[in-house]
Amino acid sequence: MLYVWAAIVLLVVMYPLYFIIIASFSDPSAVGNGKVWLYPKGFTFDGYQELLKHSNIWVGYKNTILYTVIGTMIGLVVNISAAFALSRKELFGRKTITLFFIFTMFFNGGLIPTFLTIRDFHMYDTFLVMVLPFSVAVFDIIVARTFFQSSIPNDLWEAAQIDGCGHLRYYTLVVLPLSKAVISVLALWMAVGHWNSYFNALIYLQNKDLYPLQLILRDILITNSMQSAMGTGEAAQIAMRLANLLRYSVIIVSTIPIMCFYPMVQKYFNQGVMIGAVKS
Amino acid sequence: MQRSLGRIGKNWGLYLLLLPAVVLLICFTYKPMYGVIIAFKDYSPALGISDSPWAGFKYFEKYFHSYQFSNTIKNTLVISLYSFVTFPIPIMFALLVNQMRVNRFKRVFQTVTYMPHFISTVVIVGLMLILLSPGNGLIGNIYRLFGAEAPNLMGSGALFSSVYVWSDVWQHTGWDSIIYLAALSAVDPSLYEAATVDGASRWQKIRFIDIPMLMPTAITLLILRVGGLLGVGFEKVYLMQNNLNITGSEVISTYVYKIGLLSAQYSFSSAINLFNTVINFILLILVNWIARRNSEHSLW
Repeated sequence: MLYVWAAIVLLVVMYPLYFIIIASFSDPSAVGNGKVWLYPKGFTFDGYQELLKHSNIWVGYKNTILYTVIGTMIGLVVNISAAFALSRKELFGRKTITLFFIFTMFFNGGLIPTFLTIRDFHMYDTFLVMVLPFSVAVFDIIVARTFFQSSIPNDLWEAAQIDGCGHLRYYTLVVLPLSKAVISVLALWMAVGHWNSYFNALIYLQNKDLYPLQLILRDILITNSMQSAMGTGEAAQIAMRLANLLRYSVIIVSTIPIMCFYPMVQKYFNQGVMIGAVKS
Repeated sequence: MQRSLGRIGKNWGLYLLLLPAVVLLICFTYKPMYGVIIAFKDYSPALGISDSPWAGFKYFEKYFHSYQFSNTIKNTLVISLYSFVTFPIPIMFALLVNQMRVNRFKRVFQTVTYMPHFISTVVIVGLMLILLSPGNGLIGNIYRLFGAEAPNLMGSGALFSSVYVWSDVWQHTGWDSIIYLAALSAVDPSLYEAATVDGASRWQKIRFIDIPMLMPTAITLLILRVGGLLGVGFEKVYLMQNNLNITGSEVISTYVYKIGLLSAQYSFSSAINLFNTVINFILLILVNWIARRNSEHSLW
């Protein structure tokens, strides 16, 4: 009985994804007529060929990779360092500073004041706005702080101190090498976040050359869908079929990196939740 | 004073490590918080935030009297209360996974069910548009298989909340259950053994061992959820929105975006946003207070 339920859940989760894969290799009219169920019909690579013609997808791809790599690096440095400092008892005013961080989880200026601030800093429509201003992640800081407090014995600090080691040397030479688990978890969270985000780009970018992949995908998958459905006549029909096929293949191509990545690092993700769950 | 300065000086390295995060928060989070006062001002870009004239509660009243007031509040509440009802699903899911004894199946099951969580919102909404299209989508084909006409799920104001919530359940249940699974893995196996000796059935074990074990985690998450009751995220709703479903899909956050950025009424938009934030804050404090009075678990 248990496994029957599990099989149903599995089917419900997996089938839509599987359907997109087979649809991306199928003749679009067979898909539209409901002939594609278990395997591709009228096998074709047209969708993927169409994909190659859209240069903005590849520009978006490149931008997203840059934002993800640089944004994640900045995020790691900023958040892990802050988390370490907050985990130390020697930090005078620790409670107040922690509160200063936590407060931002529940209260913020909102869309317009933040937008005006970004403009005042001349960051509107720049590369920088995608990687710097919103890189502080308080939740990640708390997770890392909890890890430092619970998993790194204080004896190490005492020993380091006797050897004449300051906070910075202790942090870089002793703590960081011992914290690979939490660092990789946070790196993955941040990388997935950057890869999938479109909100900041929507608000703060205007120049199409800076658009990340998700914004391009939005044009192809969502905004266009209304238009293509409106045309009539044979040419419009062919265009619409091709557009549909392009959608299937674009979904596959844009999601594959994350999907390949994820099973390999799944254990770290689980570990991360455990680390974060130690103390709320 | 001298002593505290001394302690700071001795630990300067720690303050150096804190510096980047603090500077970023001051510049990009606390500075905009000051900017919230434009909700009470007639903001004009030429004068700037501090020099624009005060407008009192004008923009709040404007929102309360606008025809979008009841509509946006209603939609926001409907969608968040609806998602609220699905809160126990990840718990049931975790209990299900926890019962699995065949480890290989369990692993495959988890890998597959976590997967949709990593798909971006844009792609998820794109998927929904394709699959739920009544004309040539998967749902249309399934309905046609039974000789029926498929409803236009993405183009209906009345169905919007259902589509929104259940697609979220589809995407995130597996992932959301991880935290409960972590809590369950902390159960002492001897408890189960003792229960078996006492002749407890599978259901009794779930009811008297597993569920109590999950309560603290569930309450913490529940409180956090309530704090965001009026905070239905912008991202997915905005992507799912179209002219056909707008009656059911205009929520506070999308309205704030349209008023503020698309029609550049900065003060009005900030007032709506502030109203929203304040209510969320009050709800959070209220629920935390209730939780603290009725159980030992609370956020603070």
